[in-house]
Amino acid sequence: MSDMALLIWARGTGFQLALGIFLLGMVLRAFEIFSLGRKPDLSEARESTPGSGWRTVWSRSIPHASTWQRTPATIVLGYVFHLGFFITLALFIPHIQIARSTLGISWPGLPTPLVDATALISIVALIGVIVHRLRDPVRRFLSVFEDYFTVALTLLPLLTGYLAFHHQLLPYTLMLAVHILSVELLLVFMPFTKLAHFATLFAARWYSGDLAAHKGVAS
Amino acid sequence: MSASFERGYNVLKEMIDAPIASYLSSCVRCGMCASACLFFTETGNPKYTPIHKIEPLRKVWRREYTLIGKLASWLGLAKPLTNEDLANWQELLYDSCTLCGRCSMVCPVGNDIAYMVRKSREGMAISGHAPAGVVAATQRTIEIGSPMGVRLPAVKVQIKHLEQETGLEVPLDKEGAEYMVLLSSMEIINFPEYLSAIARIFHQAGKSWTICSEAFEATNSGIQIGVGDLAREILMRIVDGAEKLKVRTVISPECGHAFTALRWDGPNLIGRPYAFKVQHILEVLDELRIAGKLKTEGFEEARLTYHDPCQIARRGGVVEQPRNLLKMVAKDFVEMSDAGAMNWCCGGGGGVSANTDADEIRLKAFKRKKAQLDELGPVTLVTACANCRIVMEEGLEQYQMDVPVVGLTETIAAHLALSPQITPPLPNPLPLAGEGTIALSPSGRELAGEQPGEREKP
Repeated sequence: MSDMALLIWARGTGFQLALGIFLLGMVLRAFEIFSLGRKPDLSEARESTPGSGWRTVWSRSIPHASTWQRTPATIVLGYVFHLGFFITLALFIPHIQIARSTLGISWPGLPTPLVDATALISIVALIGVIVHRLRDPVRRFLSVFEDYFTVALTLLPLLTGYLAFHHQLLPYTLMLAVHILSVELLLVFMPFTKLAHFATLFAARWYSGDLAAHKGVAS
Repeated sequence: MSASFERGYNVLKEMIDAPIASYLSSCVRCGMCASACLFFTETGNPKYTPIHKIEPLRKVWRREYTLIGKLASWLGLAKPLTNEDLANWQELLYDSCTLCGRCSMVCPVGNDIAYMVRKSREGMAISGHAPAGVVAATQRTIEIGSPMGVRLPAVKVQIKHLEQETGLEVPLDKEGAEYMVLLSSMEIINFPEYLSAIARIFHQAGKSWTICSEAFEATNSGIQIGVGDLAREILMRIVDGAEKLKVRTVISPECGHAFTALRWDGPNLIGRPYAFKVQHILEVLDELRIAGKLKTEGFEEARLTYHDPCQIARRGGVVEQPRNLLKMVAKDFVEMSDAGAMNWCCGGGGGVSANTDADEIRLKAFKRKKAQLDELGPVTLVTACANCRIVMEEGLEQYQMDVPVVGLTETIAAHLALSPQITPPLPNPLPLAGEGTIALSPSGRELAGEQPGEREKP
């Protein structure tokens, strides 16, 4: 298979397959969670409450001051790589062009050199995440194979995209194909690993906020 | 597979609901919950990371409720939960967790880890992996009526002393009273000043109240051990008593988990809403303050700070009321760092203080409270949970700290503006730092049958 044939497969059949698995997997995940239901809370809710499920969905993105002091590396690395990943994914003009050609929607992007720098920062932050996992006693203790595997899955699209953009390591066509395949790999594993948190955390935060709000406490 | 393990496994399976499935789907093992847990911060041992404590529950969830977990176990790639796992996790689920819920406040994906620990305990207890101390306390509550073995005659003795001391009547089994007052064993044995304060406050406010002879005990170790059936049985005494006496409001005493058991878990345990209202004593006092029925005079000379009991503040929503009340009597009120909803636990909640296996780690965990207090300098510590109070007194003694600990209700009662009709003897003012802790009244010591300086634990 030539580089071009691989690229065409990755852009066509490969992408459709990956997207299909991703969507079905996420539907399954949602079913696995919500089909369990929850019993109605018969205790009398407080009339006035500083919290709500929706409030916690947003408020939980901001760490408490004392958490900042105790785990700054986890917070900074986490924030930088998540933000960098989303900027690179959603505000890189060639990515927006794909959305325009496939979905017919588009939005303004950021100047390419800025996205280029952001991608590099995210790559460094993700490597930092791995180092932090290996060195910090709590993170090392908690980590299982899935933790390193999912960081690698997240790192690959950033790394291959960066190399393709700079025409490094492999011929451009092949590197672009590898880049798209790495995105597909990420999509395939997302629903079945902890990467599903990108969606399920909204349910988790909502439930937590709702439980706390019932008792009249912010969460 | 032993029968008890199988029962425990099935209970864990039943405990998993949509919130738990969303929590376990979302955990990225970032470890931030460790930084919120005093058992980790004061030992530095990663095994005390809160999310690690619910590993047995996670294993059950993955195997029973996820396609990928089912596949993994079918292919022999995932180790099933074993009875040995549960035995190993007893230390993590009971000795080193007070259900304080601080971890639940910091989890970036929003996991209520304390909720999952509470549910995990159901499976642990059924499979025979609950600590002996909490099992014994629960048995005493079922058989005798209180975790510390207190019976009605002991309460009556206290009432008699109180009536002689204050000249006020303590109404027993009075039908149609507005308030039904509950006590914790700790208050009956160690802190009789609570009931005396209640009698004087309600007299001043002109409110009718009563104690139910069949249901005076508020604590519910069924909740701490994690057995819903026992918790329900203990709770039903209060529900029956309150409904028989047709009281409007049942007052949860200065006890953290009693409030959780009665206010939040109760209706769910009995499967219906109550015919009465449940309030914590601090909520009642603050309502009286707002209505102008709680009048105080004079101020404390000591510098005061307030320890928020976890189940009352973070897990109970009573945060502002104690501050409003303290400001009535304190000229110099200072907050500890992280006060309010993010306060650090005393280290002895959730059954930990009743669990002798946890004695050593509880005292280590107290170093967090010590650090909070050290930042403030000389201070008197006010709280609203008799268990927090006794745990902190023990911790303060261990670290040779000179910090008096007092209850909030009695602090307010010590400053009641006297009504002309009665002239109860004024209680001693609060001790200043350097004067030691408030001494037990003779009646309290008599009841407890203890030597000076020695206090009971549930």
